Amino acid sequence: MLKDEDRIFKNLYNDLGWEIDSAIKREDWFKTKDILYKGRDSIINDIKESELRGRGGAGFPTGLKLSFAPKEVGSRPHYLVINADESEPGTCKDRDILRFEPQKLIEGCLIAGYAVNAHTCYIYIRGEYFREGERLQTAIDQAYEKNFIGKNACSSGWDFDIYIHYGAGAYICGEETALLESLEGKRGQPRLKPPFPALVGLYGCPTIVNNVETISVIPTILRKGAKWFSSLGKPKNTGTKIFCISGNVNNPCNVEEEMGVPLKDLIEKHAGGVVGGWKNLQAIIPGGSSMPMLPKNICETITMDFDSLIKAKSGLGTAGIVVINKDQDIIKCIARLARFYKHESCGQCTPCREGCGWMWRMLERMSNGDATYKEIDLLHDVTKQIEGHTICAFGEGASWPVQGLLRHFKKEIEKRCTDEPLVRKKTNIPYLIDQHLLEKDNA
Amino acid sequence: MSIKKVSKSQPESFEFNSDNLEKAKNEIKKYPKGKKSSAVMPLLYLAQEQNQNWIPLAAIKCIAKLLEMSYIKVYEVVTFYSMFNLSPVGKYFIQVCTTTPCMIRGSKKITDICKKYISQNQNDLSENKLCSWTEVECLGACVNAPMLQVNKDYYEDLDNDSAEKLIKQLLNDDLPTPGSAKNRKNNAPENGKTTLLDVKNA
Repeated sequence: MLKDEDRIFKNLYNDLGWEIDSAIKREDWFKTKDILYKGRDSIINDIKESELRGRGGAGFPTGLKLSFAPKEVGSRPHYLVINADESEPGTCKDRDILRFEPQKLIEGCLIAGYAVNAHTCYIYIRGEYFREGERLQTAIDQAYEKNFIGKNACSSGWDFDIYIHYGAGAYICGEETALLESLEGKRGQPRLKPPFPALVGLYGCPTIVNNVETISVIPTILRKGAKWFSSLGKPKNTGTKIFCISGNVNNPCNVEEEMGVPLKDLIEKHAGGVVGGWKNLQAIIPGGSSMPMLPKNICETITMDFDSLIKAKSGLGTAGIVVINKDQDIIKCIARLARFYKHESCGQCTPCREGCGWMWRMLERMSNGDATYKEIDLLHDVTKQIEGHTICAFGEGASWPVQGLLRHFKKEIEKRCTDEPLVRKKTNIPYLIDQHLLEKDNA
Repeated sequence: MSIKKVSKSQPESFEFNSDNLEKAKNEIKKYPKGKKSSAVMPLLYLAQEQNQNWIPLAAIKCIAKLLEMSYIKVYEVVTFYSMFNLSPVGKYFIQVCTTTPCMIRGSKKITDICKKYISQNQNDLSENKLCSWTEVECLGACVNAPMLQVNKDYYEDLDNDSAEKLIKQLLNDDLPTPGSAKNRKNNAPENGKTTLLDVKNA
């Protein structure tokens, strides 16, 4: 288990106080000026050496991302945007950082902003986190008072401003280009890439978008050294991570652990075990709702890091672990996720807009035992038609959980299927795909 | 995509009161010159707060004028985001999270309680016009499931009894303190921490 002294978020449960004075006692803002004086290249190199990977879901190397910003500021200003639109079902780690460790985030913003030549930073918080936003605003005001940010931040000669922008309940705004659209005052619909935001982002200016947790760990990495960070975890999967353990466990909780910690340890040691004992475990979603679930036999041995989970045909995602025990109807659980994706699709790409609804309706039928054997293959086909055929990764996020269900619980679905054909009466309407909906029982 | 019902009875006009107009101007200042339209969401929130938690069409017009945007551009934004209400909601607007992590910890019990005490259908006002409820997607407090949001506050770690008590209190025009119903400390494990056992501020 990770030693307490190696944990970055010491105030994860708010035992010590979130105000700036207690944060300073926890070494936040300690010699930040010296860190900035090391210079841009040195900061980015340190982050590269620490092998920090983005904590927002995709796991992209952070140092590399920061280095994508143009070296010189041209006619357009640079922006830093923080993605605090945490809406992935199963994930609630950023909320605790916003509430209890806001100074880590603010200091990280200053350092990252300096590294990418940005004088302005926007923090995009989901609208539901109104209280968390209020807290962060107070923390920002406290940092301004101490002159840690603002004009001549930390007496480094760098001017830096941070503003909060609230979202309004759209999951898709967690996608970086949709977030930028939303920040510009438009509907949050993802943009075509390329151009990537690092070159053409907010208001057409170079913009670096990063997750809250990623930015919040940067000050500690620079203070304790890249070697310290990369000594934790596994090669290429370094450092610590906040895991959110929810669902059918005895003590759901957030906990910071080393990357590559065994999943079983997390659940048994921190979350008090599965409700009804480990033998009662059915499946686990390891990284937020978008990641395919893992059945019990894989959960026995899997370790929680990007590469091992990819090998198991899943992913670390946001590290939101949802434990599902045998008392739950597994098809219903995924059907509910499909409904989530149907509701949250932005409607821009047809495969996703229509397909998410199809997946939901088929899964509902399957859980009710109204589906036919043929539909299982059809459902798989629909997921494949969505995946890779959309502008953003929402398509993958929506189809992967369904594919995970089909991969590991096909037998469970087959048990409930029948041979009865879906369309009983031949209606003979050409090109109508949802023929079965014409029949009342299927609607 | 959310489907929005626009209220049939609309006030004829809407103006920001002087406090909110000042706030609106400060919001606009957050964004670079010539990028006023970025402030559309903050201004919609202000309008919603001023108008008993829903946005009349007249407010959309007012905001469009203030930000030099076309009416339809603001309308597009209002209808896209689920948190902007286009028809009246209760003084206590209750949003119950029902996505999988909450579902498997029993959010159906909470929606049943809402149906029983507030209204059979979502978005309908309770008999005394104080409360309305709706099912929403993940509110991002999964380790505190099941939970619900009343206006701006989260009520977490609910069960049958605590949810029933909470809804009854709201119907009596009484807003209890937000947070965990089990008196649990934030997101730490309920029966005691397993990490950060003796950390101190240095």
